[in-house]
Amino acid sequence: MRAAMAHRANGHPPPAPPEVTAAVTAAVAEHGDAAGALIPVLSAVNRRLGYLPPAALAEVSRRLGMPASRVYGVARFYTLLSTEPRGRHLVQFCENAPCHVVGGRRVWEALRQALGLAPGETSADGRFTLITTSCIGACAVGPVVVIDDEVHGNLTPDQVEALLARYA
Amino acid sequence: MQTFRSLVLVSGDPRSLALGAQAVFEQLQSAVRQRGLEAEVALKLIGEAGPTAALPLVIIYPEAVVYGPVAPADAADIVQQHLAMGHPVERLQAPERDLGGRLAWLSARRGTLPAEQRILLARAGRIDPESIEDYILHDGYEALGRALTGQTPAEVLSQIEASGLRGRGGAGFPTGRKLRLVAQAEGEEKYIVCNADESEPGTFKDRLLMESDPHALVEAMAIAGYAVGAHTGFVYIRGEYRLAYARLEKAIQQARASRLLGPDLFGTRFGFDVHLHAGAGAYICGEETALLESLEGRRGEPRSRPPYPVTRGLWGQPTAVINVETLANIPPIVRHGAAWYRTFGTPSSPGTKLYTLMGNVNVTGLIEVPMGITLREVITIYARGMKGGGHLKLAQTGGSSGSVIPASLQDTPIDYASFARLGVALGSGALLICDQDTCAVDLVRVLLRFFRHESCGKCTPCRVGTEQAYQILARVAEGGGHPDDAASLERLAHSLEMLSNCGLGQTAAQPLRDLLRHFGAEFDAHVKLGVCPAGACALARRPAVAGILGVPISG
Repeated sequence: MRAAMAHRANGHPPPAPPEVTAAVTAAVAEHGDAAGALIPVLSAVNRRLGYLPPAALAEVSRRLGMPASRVYGVARFYTLLSTEPRGRHLVQFCENAPCHVVGGRRVWEALRQALGLAPGETSADGRFTLITTSCIGACAVGPVVVIDDEVHGNLTPDQVEALLARYA
Repeated sequence: MQTFRSLVLVSGDPRSLALGAQAVFEQLQSAVRQRGLEAEVALKLIGEAGPTAALPLVIIYPEAVVYGPVAPADAADIVQQHLAMGHPVERLQAPERDLGGRLAWLSARRGTLPAEQRILLARAGRIDPESIEDYILHDGYEALGRALTGQTPAEVLSQIEASGLRGRGGAGFPTGRKLRLVAQAEGEEKYIVCNADESEPGTFKDRLLMESDPHALVEAMAIAGYAVGAHTGFVYIRGEYRLAYARLEKAIQQARASRLLGPDLFGTRFGFDVHLHAGAGAYICGEETALLESLEGRRGEPRSRPPYPVTRGLWGQPTAVINVETLANIPPIVRHGAAWYRTFGTPSSPGTKLYTLMGNVNVTGLIEVPMGITLREVITIYARGMKGGGHLKLAQTGGSSGSVIPASLQDTPIDYASFARLGVALGSGALLICDQDTCAVDLVRVLLRFFRHESCGKCTPCRVGTEQAYQILARVAEGGGHPDDAASLERLAHSLEMLSNCGLGQTAAQPLRDLLRHFGAEFDAHVKLGVCPAGACALARRPAVAGILGVPISG
């Protein structure tokens, strides 16, 4: 019954590209296909593909026997999941109060200027995506910028250029 | 950076004043001046110092010597012998029997400050967090073994209740009561869920606990499971905490391999296992019902309550959702007993508390101290004073959902009862210390930006209210304030508090109220004069406006 509903909700999805199928298969193998596995599965696929393309959402919906609307709703809710393609490097700036009061605003301005991006934008060469993030718990060394999985603390505006240069 | 060798506090509550505290303070002041110690000794007349019969009190840091009752004539001896020569004056010290709570603790630690009181962090940095052998060598799994083989679940439950442990995630709900409600609830299964979705801005205590002592959490969950009759535990850990996740994953594997998780633990018929579940980035998932929704694979939108999770939680079963730090208190309580635990902290808030220090201070990081310590003590002793010789203007306690408090409250003991009396939220233990260059309007604007972003959007008062409040604050900070803005914010705070579905919207009202209550003049300066007194807001960067009014521009 559930699978039938999911099928109807999906209509006729185009066949998923092989890398998408592989990513979903690996994620389901690790986390299972129970309802509670949805978020871990989406996270794993997002990490592997860089974002969640429509084909991946459709494939997850099919494997977990869950309506596409629910999968999409979850994918849009959490900030670590993206339904838009992102650059090779994800630059996350912490905009919370602890970083703000120790000079965060000036670092933010330097970052935006160096990248030439507004929050949420990706550079034309696909190198960087700039987003703001909620506190990542490194407040003792603020202001903090996270690039991919690396946390950079105690930043000053004049360090921004050199920091970005390390990410090709 | 201005640092003092000694900090001298004189109790200045009404009773102390009636008993001559003002004269004691003045005598100390003149004795200090006479000996030319002004540059080395900071002297303050504070409010209530703590529970004692020995008023007026004089407390000297860093030695943590408590004198009392002190007469004006004693001042010269204290300054000469203690402050000048370094020998505490034995005959003037307050008798132990006259001291209670944190004063008793302070007095007992004579000469050992600034030492922390490490219970939860006892192993942090001393053991290899990836080694179960190391954990076991340092008393690990002893409490679980003792509980399972020597105590009934009811006895463990009573012990946790008797300890007075309260939730450290922010709300302060008595942990023993929560566990008892789950134990009494009917269900096919029961669950222990560890709330490790630490996302409160400025809070990183749980991360450090999990990274430095992951087995403690595993052990605590198993004990809690035994107490309520649960056999499964889930750790909902925020997605950004990759290292904590990896360490916990390893700890769980090791515990299973050593048969400290799984069926028939310690030769009993009790079995328990722990599963890890990573979040995907949503502050709201720290709210317990949103967390459960997320754990079940849905959007993290809070449920309507009642029913509460203790009766209908994960998959409709009775569930205890408990914060990491709270859980970490359970093994020491089981090992040493409730009476031992109550020797720390204050009667209303026993035990220790982890605080994260940050902002414009010399030393930032994590400390563990008894409940009831004051902000002044934290800043002076542990944070080594304000950075660059600045002075304390305000502090934000407990992250975004805590309170913004002015410097005048820095001598209030930090515990649930004292804070509740003042309408201050203790929150998660974050202490963001801000100096004179911080603008209260700007800070609250940043806090509301956070709530606006993190509101899940399910209920209107929160979704619209946080947005409206942010827009008003942003406008005020840009110099576009309107005379009605204070009243509008007051109204928004009221509807956020009364109408929001969950704690997120309700606590978003707190910084708005704090701003209007403690920093009304600063807010008015923005609205009526177009000036940011601290020089932090965008409008302060328009020199024409400030220049006309002759207000100096800084920052």
